[in-house]
Amino acid sequence: MTTQSEQQEHELHPISIYLKIWGMLFVLSALSYMVDYLSFQGYVRWSLILIFMVLKAGLIVSVFMHMQWERLALKAAILVPPLAIFVLVTLMIIEANYIFSSRVTYFGAG
Amino acid sequence: MSQQTQDITGNKISPPEGWQGLNEDWSSDKETFKSVPWGKAMMWIFLLSDTFIFGSFLVGYMAVRMTTTELWPNSSEVFALTIAGQHIPLILIAIMTFVLISSSGTMAMAVNFAYRRNRSVCAALMFATAILGACFVGMQVFEWSKLIEEGVRPWGNPFGAAQFGSTFFMITGFHGLHVSAGVIYLTIVAIKVLRGDFERSGDYQGVEIAGLYWHFVDLVWVFIFAFFYLW
Repeated sequence: MTTQSEQQEHELHPISIYLKIWGMLFVLSALSYMVDYLSFQGYVRWSLILIFMVLKAGLIVSVFMHMQWERLALKAAILVPPLAIFVLVTLMIIEANYIFSSRVTYFGAG
Repeated sequence: MSQQTQDITGNKISPPEGWQGLNEDWSSDKETFKSVPWGKAMMWIFLLSDTFIFGSFLVGYMAVRMTTTELWPNSSEVFALTIAGQHIPLILIAIMTFVLISSSGTMAMAVNFAYRRNRSVCAALMFATAILGACFVGMQVFEWSKLIEEGVRPWGNPFGAAQFGSTFFMITGFHGLHVSAGVIYLTIVAIKVLRGDFERSGDYQGVEIAGLYWHFVDLVWVFIFAFFYLW
């Protein structure tokens, strides 16, 4: 339990922080739209998409959702479990490659 | 810690039973998350579970897109619009992205004004957030009806792989449902702020908790935008 004053002290950041982050999110969104507009392809496209995505997500979680001002106990409890999704992604990539190759082999499409 | 339990056993205070007991047992997480009220911790845990729902949807989308032997529709063209004689790729989705980011910005400031006890500005910013959210849903309705008119169905579409339709309707539909629920939620909290409900207790956590939900909706859109529309 914390006192109200402690809580308020911790939340009173100047408005300018939010305006700055808002601006950065706008720029990053514009940049990720440009990836499509300028039709980058292949690995350049994919890495740019991922970079802008991670930066945007990081800004939203850390500043807008106040995660950077929270204690480690909460950060760890919320941010670590989603990493399990990468295990699922890895398994599904292996599985998808196998299914794709079987479909090409047995149904002759391609 | 041990002293605390001794105190309790010494005084022979039995914890409350029934629903009140259930509530109190679960809210004891405030021992773990210091300086985090239980309402906020619970919202974070709800959002964590929601992360897995959207994560599973996106992984499922990845799997069907990787396994199909048909050509995946070019989202850049599917979501293009012709505005004033100009053919602009993916423009509707870009506008939706900017609208949702703007709503996140107004929400972040609303939380700040709530802690400053500036009720009118806080409520105004929350209503602005809800209106931007409603605009987003409106554009999504337009997008859905346009695609349905063009023959996109969950079981097939004229542009390529059939799985495009099913993943599109499932993922954007579930996200749109979250935005719609968020608009209602924000409107309710904004009315409570305006009425001064939080003024009596002096506790404006409710605004921050609503804000967490709203930012999460924006966060999910960042991933949907990257993986579904841009990839």
